[in-house]
Amino acid sequence: MSTDTFLHARFRIERRDFCLDVDLTLPGRGITALFGHSGSGKTTCLRAMAGLEHAPGGRFALGDEVWQDDARGVFLPTHRRPLGYVFQEASLFPHLSVRRNMEFGQKRGGGSASVSLATVAELLGIAHLLDRRPASLSGGERQRVAIARALLTAPRLLLMDEPLAALDLKRKQEILPYLERLHDELSIPVIYVSHAPDEVARLADHLVLLDNGRVVASGPLMETLARTDLPPAFTDDAGVVLETTLARHEADHLSRLEFPGGAILVSQRPEALGSRLRCRIHARDVSLTRHRPLSSSILNILPATVAAIAATDTPGQVLVQLRMGETALLARITERSRRELLLEPGQPVWVQIKAVALLA
Amino acid sequence: MDMADLGAVWLTLKLASVVTVLLLLIGTPIAWWLARTRSRLKGVIGAVVALPLVLPPTVLGFYLLLVLGPQGWGGQLTEALGLGLLPFTFPGLVVASVFYSMPFVVQPIQNAFEAIGERPLEVAATLRASPWSAFWSVAVPLARPGFLSGAILGFAHTVGEFGVVLMIGGNIPDKTRVISVQIYDHVEALEYAQAHWLAGGMLVFSFVVLLALYSLKQRGKGEAR
Amino acid sequence: MIRKNFRLPVALFALLCSAGLSHVKADEVQVAVAANFTAPMRKIAAEFEKDTGHKPVLSFGATGKFYAQITNGAPFEVFLAADDETPARLEKELLIAPHSRFTYAIGKLVLWSAKDGVVDGNGEVLKKGAFKHLALANPKIASYGTAAVEAMSKLGVLESLRPCFVQGDNITQTYQFIATGNAELGFVALSQVYKDGKLAPGSAWMVPSLLYTPIRQDAVLLAKGRNKPAATALADYLKSDKAKAIIKSYGYDL
Repeated sequence: MSTDTFLHARFRIERRDFCLDVDLTLPGRGITALFGHSGSGKTTCLRAMAGLEHAPGGRFALGDEVWQDDARGVFLPTHRRPLGYVFQEASLFPHLSVRRNMEFGQKRGGGSASVSLATVAELLGIAHLLDRRPASLSGGERQRVAIARALLTAPRLLLMDEPLAALDLKRKQEILPYLERLHDELSIPVIYVSHAPDEVARLADHLVLLDNGRVVASGPLMETLARTDLPPAFTDDAGVVLETTLARHEADHLSRLEFPGGAILVSQRPEALGSRLRCRIHARDVSLTRHRPLSSSILNILPATVAAIAATDTPGQVLVQLRMGETALLARITERSRRELLLEPGQPVWVQIKAVALLA
Repeated sequence: MDMADLGAVWLTLKLASVVTVLLLLIGTPIAWWLARTRSRLKGVIGAVVALPLVLPPTVLGFYLLLVLGPQGWGGQLTEALGLGLLPFTFPGLVVASVFYSMPFVVQPIQNAFEAIGERPLEVAATLRASPWSAFWSVAVPLARPGFLSGAILGFAHTVGEFGVVLMIGGNIPDKTRVISVQIYDHVEALEYAQAHWLAGGMLVFSFVVLLALYSLKQRGKGEAR
Repeated sequence: MIRKNFRLPVALFALLCSAGLSHVKADEVQVAVAANFTAPMRKIAAEFEKDTGHKPVLSFGATGKFYAQITNGAPFEVFLAADDETPARLEKELLIAPHSRFTYAIGKLVLWSAKDGVVDGNGEVLKKGAFKHLALANPKIASYGTAAVEAMSKLGVLESLRPCFVQGDNITQTYQFIATGNAELGFVALSQVYKDGKLAPGSAWMVPSLLYTPIRQDAVLLAKGRNKPAATALADYLKSDKAKAIIKSYGYDL
């Protein structure tokens, strides 16, 4: 699938106490996160894409393949759509072994020879579980089998509905690396529903923010996270994600991570040099000074330019967007500090980063 | 036990088997529809299926006699189809028993289908299974305990059925005289010894069949766990 | 004047046998009546109550079932059977008041069809055999069935007609087979098709009484009713001219 393929989704579903109204154009590859609080319509939107819900008058197309266009009387039932769907709870068929569960979709999906059961089982680390019954698997194992089962239908689109939500932290940690591998090895678009910021920051390329059934923002992950004009519900926990490269190890057990427009130091990483690492920097962990501090315990002090300043829903606090070359950062500071520092867009400042969360 | 008793035993087993198979064939789509429909007719059809639970068997038998008789619409239909009249024939017994034992087969299967819920069928659809394929490969295997219960109850109920068959059957040796009628005749004729033998045999047989099926069901449950 | 019956097992059994029978009034009499005698007995009971003040409590059912219940302690005091064998058996088992057995009615057999013109006035239809189903009561357990078999045997048509038999387990069921048209014709009790001195619609042949042993229906005063004035009064009342007239009006002989 070429990179210029787009996914178009337009749905309007009205329920008694809820209305979903979206019109989205999404990239044809990589992971798109549908992010929002519970009740925001993420799952309904995903189900509409799968055809599990019929949104009257809606349209859904993957490139020039139209799966739903009610204006032209087109509606493919779910089983005719070449998609994979991973539900929140694993939903394996209890009467079939792991292998038979995986074969269920494989033999009905046209049995594309390009995906072999062994390869997928290897990719998800479940090769040793094939002859077991679902009931004897752990939650994490079940969800990996469910993902493998979905992949074996040779889907052209993978839909994942909070696949980690039902798992505890340890199980999540067990699955995330597999999802990252999928990200690296799959050439199909993935729509990933989540309400966990860390999962989104770690996995997504593209971000759609949903609130109350409506699209609040949609765009590349880093750009969207660095926006200052999002509704309060999303700015409370504001922060950006940096895509970095592990450049070198330094003395004192430190590693240097470089990104376009700067570099930061973190505690030494076990990864190989050249590895790509995502890290998240919360706006509340960033402070600003007019002059370069002469002595500070803070390790990462970088030059930047103020790009924008926006109010937050907390009285007396503002959100400052900063530019370091191509990279954007957010800082959450008090209104008084802003006034005393005379901060205005275009002004050079020094950025002190108190904490960096490595997403790996 | 004499030849008449043996004939009744054989006839009963034949009747119960035929009725059970037919009920699984007819009852499954009804149970599926009842379990999944949102139609307002659901209540009505459900009630009709359950009616035999309420009506006394001889009353039911009497109305079947009326409906399937030469003046009834059922009788006129079967005659128009070239099947002749059903009362006093083995097929007539089968029809009456199917109707009478219907709730015992439909309800367990319906409950089992309802217990499965929407999700496994949605999963099957996302795995490219057509509704027909999902029904056979997912719904039916998952509802297996319900099918087993339905078959057990339908079979047992047909074996023990008396009022309806007495009414519609006409007590014809080897054609419509089943065990329960035979036992009744023995009792009425004050032939208690024969009645005891037959009734005892029927009890033992039914117990063995039910025991076998229930332990099978238990084992099936163990496997699924 | 209500005396509670504290014999719990008996009371419970009575409750099971006939609903509402949880206690027994001194002037009540418990009567078991053969199902075929239901209508005349209701009328007789009403007259009896009017004339004597005693109140008969009637239970209707199959004679064989009553026998089983009586031998197992059912609280019946008078028993009107559908045959003469069952009362004789009870007599032999000393379950009745000595010498209390008598014939209260003689049933008459009739060959009947719900359709006009099926049964002729001479029973020739039996010889022609142009029908599919011939209904009769199960001869093993119902005296009307026995009588029907006897009559057919004397007419020499028993074996040729046997394949057409459909058997009701009592004459009520036999009547229903014919009335619904499922059996074209059959042997029933005259009392079933004889109302207000007239035959019911359809066609009928009164089977001549020399073709079968009279269907005697005997009544007995049961051991439990031996010393009860209401029970003995009812047994006597059944022999009165008034009762006999009622019985005859329902198509029974005497």
